[in-house]
Amino acid sequence: MIMAVIEITKQNYEKEVIESDKTVLLDFWAPWCAPCRAASPIVEELSNDESLNIKVCKVNVDDEPEIAYNYGIVSIPTFVVVKGGSMVAKKVGLQSLESLKELVGAE
Amino acid sequence: MIYDTVIVGKGPAGVSAAIYLARANLRVLVIGKGYGALEGASVIENYYGFSEPIDARILHENGIKQAKRLGAEILEDEVIDISQNYEDGSFSVSTPNEKFLAKSVLLATGKARKNLKIPGFMDFLGKGISFCAICDGFFFKGKRIGVIGSGDYAAHEAQELVRFSKDITIFTNGKEAESDKFPPEVKFVKDKILKISGEDKVEKIETELNNYQIDGIFVAEGTAGAGDFALKLGIVTKDDNILVDSGYMTNIPGIFAAGDCIGGLLQIAKAVSDGANVSISIKSYLKNKNGKGK
Repeated sequence: MIMAVIEITKQNYEKEVIESDKTVLLDFWAPWCAPCRAASPIVEELSNDESLNIKVCKVNVDDEPEIAYNYGIVSIPTFVVVKGGSMVAKKVGLQSLESLKELVGAE
Repeated sequence: MIYDTVIVGKGPAGVSAAIYLARANLRVLVIGKGYGALEGASVIENYYGFSEPIDARILHENGIKQAKRLGAEILEDEVIDISQNYEDGSFSVSTPNEKFLAKSVLLATGKARKNLKIPGFMDFLGKGISFCAICDGFFFKGKRIGVIGSGDYAAHEAQELVRFSKDITIFTNGKEAESDKFPPEVKFVKDKILKISGEDKVEKIETELNNYQIDGIFVAEGTAGAGDFALKLGIVTKDDNILVDSGYMTNIPGIFAAGDCIGGLLQIAKAVSDGANVSISIKSYLKNKNGKGK
């Protein structure tokens, strides 16, 4: 089964991210950001790896500046891992698939 | 007019690739300034085929002459920007005064990443220090922005940033402003930077003579290297080296990298070998793209 990457907005943020029983990876991006576009296929590939048992989400910082602000995002792409509603890891800049896998494994 | 390949960097990797591509009758432009890592080496004793030590400068100049003789164009200039045109996948490679179109780009700029040796610099990466104005300028709308740099590359970043804020200070870090392309509204601070400080994000740049309240810092010192272009284009790097596949292509189809910027042995022999190898891949990439043999 192909898992879709979930687009996060103010409306679904609580339910999809804070209340998620799975580990969540948030990909903060914007349409004008070339490295964010390059990250897109890598993030999709991650979301298709069922063995990881995670939820992969994207946040458009242009549409959702408040969510970005709350995670202290000042550079994109930035990847944030949320477990049990709290941020447990954060990495700035384009990452390889291996590096993202390592990040979501972080406690 | 569109080049088959624009090569950024005219050290042994870039020029060697140019020699092979020009011999294959492709339209090649090499853009670079200076000698790269060869500038640090006065004589070379370990390169195959020279019984006596050779002057690094002569080796470099001979390579350039050879590439020119075979039909490559060489431009002594600085590349300040590379971008991809989304309609057709081609690339635009910009110098301070010109823009060149290319079907493929080879990054051969030497060592990929240069972090600044300023106390606090590493602590605030991603916390207000950015290498990409076009990506991150958005986060500093109407805020106090500092640009570290003094040349055409810094001017290019400042031009991007004036769209977001009028409060821009160029920190030349002990140098004179070396570009006439800075936007008129920027201020200059020319004394040396001592420290970058703040709580959990950038708040202040401390220089020899003063302290400046700053919300965001954009780094554009010297000329842009492969690491800077990688960040802006979305090329995956690892341990400050550009990641390439067995055909020297990056994760962005059409962009290749060779020489010191991909890591490995930092030697002329390896750079020249990279240049030869990458030229084979570029040829087959162009052939597939054009749908015709050359």
